Amino acid sequence: MSDSLLNQCISLVHSLIEENWEHLSALDQAIGDGDHGTNVKRGIDALHADLDRLATKPFGEGLGAAGMTLVMKIGGASGPLFWSLLKGMGEASANEPRTQEDVAKMLRAGTEAVKATGKSDTGMKTMIDVLEPVTLALETRAGITSDEISEVARKAAEDTKALVATKGRAAFLGERSVGHIDPGGQTVALVVESICNEMEKLK
Amino acid sequence: MSDNVAIVIVSHSTLVAQGAKDMAQQMVGDDVKLFACGGTEDGQLGTNVAAISAAFEEAYSDKGVLVIVDLGGAEINSEVAISMLPEEKRSNVRLCDAAIVEGTIMAATEASSGASLSQVCAAAEEYR
Repeated sequence: MSDSLLNQCISLVHSLIEENWEHLSALDQAIGDGDHGTNVKRGIDALHADLDRLATKPFGEGLGAAGMTLVMKIGGASGPLFWSLLKGMGEASANEPRTQEDVAKMLRAGTEAVKATGKSDTGMKTMIDVLEPVTLALETRAGITSDEISEVARKAAEDTKALVATKGRAAFLGERSVGHIDPGGQTVALVVESICNEMEKLK
Repeated sequence: MSDNVAIVIVSHSTLVAQGAKDMAQQMVGDDVKLFACGGTEDGQLGTNVAAISAAFEEAYSDKGVLVIVDLGGAEINSEVAISMLPEEKRSNVRLCDAAIVEGTIMAATEASSGASLSQVCAAAEEYR
């Protein structure tokens, strides 16, 4: 039996973070407390060690369980945010998504859950500034390709540079946060790009 | 002593949480239960939901538990731990918006007099 979609994604993100965690912490050093990469790595390492248990679960439940592992391990504010993202996605998608509409519905639920947990919205220089445009593109651009989704994510992360942080540790810096990419947004964009690349390869 | 509100201190730093607890405990002795939750599971700076949940478990009584936090991550991780409590306990565990050291001391002295959770919370929140 081939690996479940969830486990394939976890393995993919695990390698991605292995390569990028130092860069993510460096971004966080500029406008936060410098531990974003370390925190995300701690979370994904724990998930990667847990693949066998996750493999036994249906897709939606597996996402929920993965979110729970992340919130227990990450140790920073991104823990609860990734937890609500995965929990929201899992609740909206009991089974593996098959169509663009399925993926859009799943991401919408996750994005709204992150907004609720973080008491935040777009424009505050957070991961929501990447989640929202990606979700919106999936909702509104029928037949969007995975390359185009990657491009939306990449641009959205880049666009966080211009924003003044009003949420999270970077909010202490106010105007001085301008010119730096939001680390949480960068992580989300990298994950989106990595999953989209893999989908391109499978074509 | 279970007649008094208990206090859970959540900081990114093990030393800050422990220091705030020690300073308050010195003033109120055994009259108030205080719990220090600082640092991540592997001892780095950060907060640990599992440890916060365990502290809630130990601290809980019907009199209530006040949670004092330092920065954003501590607040949001404490909110997650509260949301994971059984529904009937959630309203007895309250997150307050207070400076961690001064707030802990104010809360502890207020709690030692047998004050209610709302009173203890209000006392702590005089120091934001």
